[in-house]
Amino acid sequence: MKGNIVIIGGGIAGMEAAKSLISLGYSPIVVESSTKLGGHVASWYKLFPDMSSAKNLVSRLESEIKGATVLCGTKVISLNRLADGYSLKLSNGSVVNASALLIATGFTLFDAKKKEEYGYGVYDRVITNSDLEAWFSEKKDARVPDEPESVGFVHCVGSRDLKACNAQCSKVCCATAIKQAIEIKERFPYAKVYCFYMDLRLFGKKYEDFYINAQRDYGVQFIRGRVSEVGETLDGRLQIKAEDTLSGKPLKVQLDLLVLMSGIVRNQSIGELSAMAGLETDSDGFLRSIDNEYAVIESNRPGIFYAGACTGPKTVPETVAEARSAALAIHSYLETL
Amino acid sequence: MLCTMIYEGKQRIWSEYQKDIPDDRWYYVRSCIRQNFFPASEKMFTEITRNVLGKDIYETPHHTTCGGIAYHCDTIPQETAMTIVARQFALMTEAGYENYCPSCITSFGNYVEILETWREYPELEARIREDLWKACRREFNKPRYLAHSSDLIYRWRNEIAAKATHKLVNGRTGEPLRIVEHIGCHYAKMFPSKGVGGAEYPYVLAGMIESWGGQVVDYPERRHCCGYGFRQYHVKANRGYSMSNTYKKFESMEPFHPDAIITNCPGCPYFLDRWQYVIAEQTGKTYGENGFGIPVLTYEELAGLVLGYDPWDLGLQLHQVAVEPLLDKMGVEYDPSAKYLGLNREDIMRPELPGSIKCF
Repeated sequence: MKGNIVIIGGGIAGMEAAKSLISLGYSPIVVESSTKLGGHVASWYKLFPDMSSAKNLVSRLESEIKGATVLCGTKVISLNRLADGYSLKLSNGSVVNASALLIATGFTLFDAKKKEEYGYGVYDRVITNSDLEAWFSEKKDARVPDEPESVGFVHCVGSRDLKACNAQCSKVCCATAIKQAIEIKERFPYAKVYCFYMDLRLFGKKYEDFYINAQRDYGVQFIRGRVSEVGETLDGRLQIKAEDTLSGKPLKVQLDLLVLMSGIVRNQSIGELSAMAGLETDSDGFLRSIDNEYAVIESNRPGIFYAGACTGPKTVPETVAEARSAALAIHSYLETL
Repeated sequence: MLCTMIYEGKQRIWSEYQKDIPDDRWYYVRSCIRQNFFPASEKMFTEITRNVLGKDIYETPHHTTCGGIAYHCDTIPQETAMTIVARQFALMTEAGYENYCPSCITSFGNYVEILETWREYPELEARIREDLWKACRREFNKPRYLAHSSDLIYRWRNEIAAKATHKLVNGRTGEPLRIVEHIGCHYAKMFPSKGVGGAEYPYVLAGMIESWGGQVVDYPERRHCCGYGFRQYHVKANRGYSMSNTYKKFESMEPFHPDAIITNCPGCPYFLDRWQYVIAEQTGKTYGENGFGIPVLTYEELAGLVLGYDPWDLGLQLHQVAVEPLLDKMGVEYDPSAKYLGLNREDIMRPELPGSIKCF
């Protein structure tokens, strides 16, 4: 069994870790609950800040993990501690013993229907960031009008929101909103595009440039204030109310499309896994690292490691870096057995 | 439902905000102001619930204001309002009832807020119990169920529909009447889980409209305050805000051509009704057809029309905006010459009719 590694989750964290472990001489098993690899990134169109293709990243990683055993459409049913590792029963009926586990289960997008005031699922022209990415890829969504005159983006939908039971910042939504606003302007240059934000949290390399480009080169208007309610006019357009807190004035805008930047919440499988493996969860519901400064990838259980958004919201570069780091940590751990 | 919205989306939200409303034995408390504004509404509530539906609705002349207006105007502290409410509950307890039904939306919000505050701070409830005992030697049980009187009509809306003599259907065209439903701000905006349908898309009045054959108008300013807002109207210097709120709502609903508005709050029907005249005087604009306004009714008045009561027995002659266009659409028979005859058939005098908005 020594050297057996199971990676739970086949998103970019799991795939990148598998790739690194293959290069270290291991043959990991990747268990993915959905029918395809790539996680959320697989359904995204472009990545910020370089506007590179998300699908290309996933395809490249897929080609680089040929040395792994990939089990898509498979879930972990039970997990037991052994003297020298773990025994996992999978939904395909097989039992796998592993010396080390990597949890890379990622995140779930906040269900925008819970913010009833924004009217997702009630008003036809209200969509989410995820819906818009799918439209960028496939151009198939009747909710997106052919020639929108005005488009709004609402930041922090289900993030930094105690009423939504998620006090944490989702970290990637501000940059995603800017990316999507630019993409809308590229397709519809004459559309007015508004971003309604609480604070703009643009901490990553080139993110600030991205923000300035959106304003200077694309004319995206940033309004510091939250949208309070959404209604529908007789012709099916949206009327939104917000407050511009910088000018101290309430405002009302009619839009052809409203995009809700659904935040990042914990993946539901975290609850099941933490119960099965005795893993601790944090106050935000994500898995608790033993140390948030120095050992984010380490769990409270021997031989179980973390990578990516199972411990909290992460960008793609952070996720990839954590995955590589976790692969090395697993290698070091196995050397000690 | 007018507009292109996804009706199933609303149904999903409605299904998440349902509340237990017992079928019988309610202790009913009246509003401070409704009997002055729309004098037959509360009478019609007891008439329909007791005599048409056969329910046990108890009320006592010993109850007082709930203190809600003074509380929301910041003229009394919440502890005072709590002690007043504690006395109301004591009267309910002494009468042997467990289900409490206020007629006023602000009262309903006040009761909900106080019960929730006591749940969070039981030591405060204990202090209020002590204060009540010291003040008037009374004790109380908290209500087992709390529902606004519109919740009860909602609960029995299908029974009313089964006994209806008129539907919310335009007799000339056969089309459902387009009805705006306006919910009092204190109904569910503070505690969404306490209202039927929640705060964003309340179903309490929409359910009545649907059951009685009408079509709900969802217009952009649906959630907006009617314009009453205690600090808008009761502070005289702020009355311009009151008017501008109402104006905003009418401008927003105008393209949908509503046939009527129904409300479940004491102040809302009054201001949506009376300010139409003031808007007409100030701007020359009217929002109904042919120079009329849009009739504004309480849900009890509408239930009374559906059940075939004489409109003048419902007090509809005391509305500013003429209700006759709605009566004609519904096919309600009425005697124009009896409009200004009182209950004893004596002349109650005719008001001076304005020139800016068409009235009878």
